[in-house]
Amino acid sequence: MMTNFIETEDLKFKYSDDVNEKNVLDGISISIKKGEFLTVLGHNASGKSTLAKHFNVLLLPFGGKVFVNGIDTKNESELYEIRRMVGLVLQNPDNQIVASIVEEDVAFGPENLGVKPKEIRERVDEALKSVDMYEHRNSATYKLSGGQKQRLAIAGILAMKPECIVLDEPTAMLDPVGRREVLDTLIKLNHESGITVILITHYMDEAINSDRVIIMNEGSVLLSGKPREVFKEVELLKKYSLDVPQSTELIHRLKLKGCNLPEGILSTDECVQALEHLLEDNKCQY
Amino acid sequence: MLTDITLGQFFPGESLIHKLDARIKILLTFVYMLITFICSNYFSLTITLCSVLFVIFLSKIPIKMYLKSMKMILFIILFTAIINFFSGNGEPIFQWGIFKITVDGINNSIFVSLRLTIIVLTSSILTFVTSPTDMADAIEHLMKPLSAFKINVHDIAMMMTIALRFVPTLLEEADKTMSAQKARGSDLESKNITKKAKALIPIFVPLFVSAFRRAYDLATAMECRCYKGGEGRTRMKILKIVPLDVFAVLFTLAIGIMVIISNTFYWRW
Ligand SMILES: Nc1ncnc2c1ncn2[C@@H]1O[C@H](COP(=O)(O)OP(=O)(O)OP(=O)(O)O)[C@@H](O)[C@H]1O
Ligand SMILES: [Mg+2]
Repeated sequence: MMTNFIETEDLKFKYSDDVNEKNVLDGISISIKKGEFLTVLGHNASGKSTLAKHFNVLLLPFGGKVFVNGIDTKNESELYEIRRMVGLVLQNPDNQIVASIVEEDVAFGPENLGVKPKEIRERVDEALKSVDMYEHRNSATYKLSGGQKQRLAIAGILAMKPECIVLDEPTAMLDPVGRREVLDTLIKLNHESGITVILITHYMDEAINSDRVIIMNEGSVLLSGKPREVFKEVELLKKYSLDVPQSTELIHRLKLKGCNLPEGILSTDECVQALEHLLEDNKCQY
Repeated sequence: MLTDITLGQFFPGESLIHKLDARIKILLTFVYMLITFICSNYFSLTITLCSVLFVIFLSKIPIKMYLKSMKMILFIILFTAIINFFSGNGEPIFQWGIFKITVDGINNSIFVSLRLTIIVLTSSILTFVTSPTDMADAIEHLMKPLSAFKINVHDIAMMMTIALRFVPTLLEEADKTMSAQKARGSDLESKNITKKAKALIPIFVPLFVSAFRRAYDLATAMECRCYKGGEGRTRMKILKIVPLDVFAVLFTLAIGIMVIISNTFYWRW
């Protein structure tokens, strides 16, 4: 049985003390299971980043509670333990690299935790291998590509032996190749090492591999469920000016035109298959 | 291209010089500068220059990189050389108004340029072969005594590492901004100083703003990775003196002794 790793109870937050100000997060209650791959979607300023910052105590709730592995984030003595368990990767790959050399950057986290030198070495090597960057360990960090920089940032978190990685739009500044690299790395980490992944993104296509999708709107959760179920609600999503994956969109429009197609198509492959079936059926008709 | 600047840059490698302890490298760089200053004749200066060239050879970093760092201060070297050229004492070989050229002046200007060259080369070697992290670590060690005066040595060292880490990033950004402004017809190539200065404003302002945003992001990223200052922090690479370092010290001492001997036994110039 999967246990809840992160839990929020009626989480409320706003950046200013002004009473007239609207809450940025307005009563969010979600629970994220150990080993889950969760994608958080939502349009600009819906509060995704703000929510992410509550998971590793960069922000503290204004109302309600956040629990990480059963620990209340307000518990100051556990601050660094929570930050170790929940690593956060930010959007801009350039701004989260501390050191000039790849392996020295990965070592930064465990060094802060006071890990013994020999073990740091082992952790750094292991982390770099698991994001496929081991052969670049002695390279200068500024020479890496965007995708490599983001994988380096992930390795830097992995070296702290976290239970969970939260990524705030890690692919927003990458080209399609870099985006694929990062996404593949995340899927692998989730499957092979059982690390909980919380991926915040604008790309609907990145959501289709996840176990669960949460859609945020104006500081609250609009929809939550398996990708297939959530993206079925094409009309609802459109009403909140959100996209669905391209394949889902295509099938939805064809269905509206009266084509006989199945629901809940997500990936390109599924879409191609469904269309092939449709064409074959039509051939028989004529 | 701004990105050509080799200032403070580090070139990862496996050479003998790379492998030296960073503390030893820093100390020996200072010793070398000292040696350069006590050289009082061409012979001792040649010894020093040759040994520096030997170290450059050992560092396995392309000569091109060293030349690039020379290029940056070429102007200063030329300037001091010219000043010295015309300000020697003694019998002039040639005189024109207030300008007089003396043997002394010629010697002085050659001497000063060689000295400056050696100093630039040694400091380039230091930054080329020492990773900023090691450098910061070494500085932290060497400045330890200062913590008695309530100076936070760790913070200074950390700031240095980060500053060095962002040099290439910011140079690249400045380069991009300059291209963007040029594409909009900015007067960067203007010969007119005021026009040129005006054209620089739209480059520095965005650079400044973005540097602050980067700093904010980086601070967040460091917090995410449990940074809490120097206390309780361990290091992956521990600085350790090995026989190679002893050898480097002996080599430098040998050069120093040779310079002192040649200073006392040869004529000045
Ligand atoms: N540091 C801050 N100070 C004040 N207000 C902030 C701050 N950060 C975010 N906000 C405000 O909080 C709201 C939610 O921002 P948040 O960054 O969480 O949204 P988001 O969903 O991550 O958006 P995006 O998709 O653009 O990243 C926005 O209205 C924003 O203006
Ligand atoms: Mg955001």
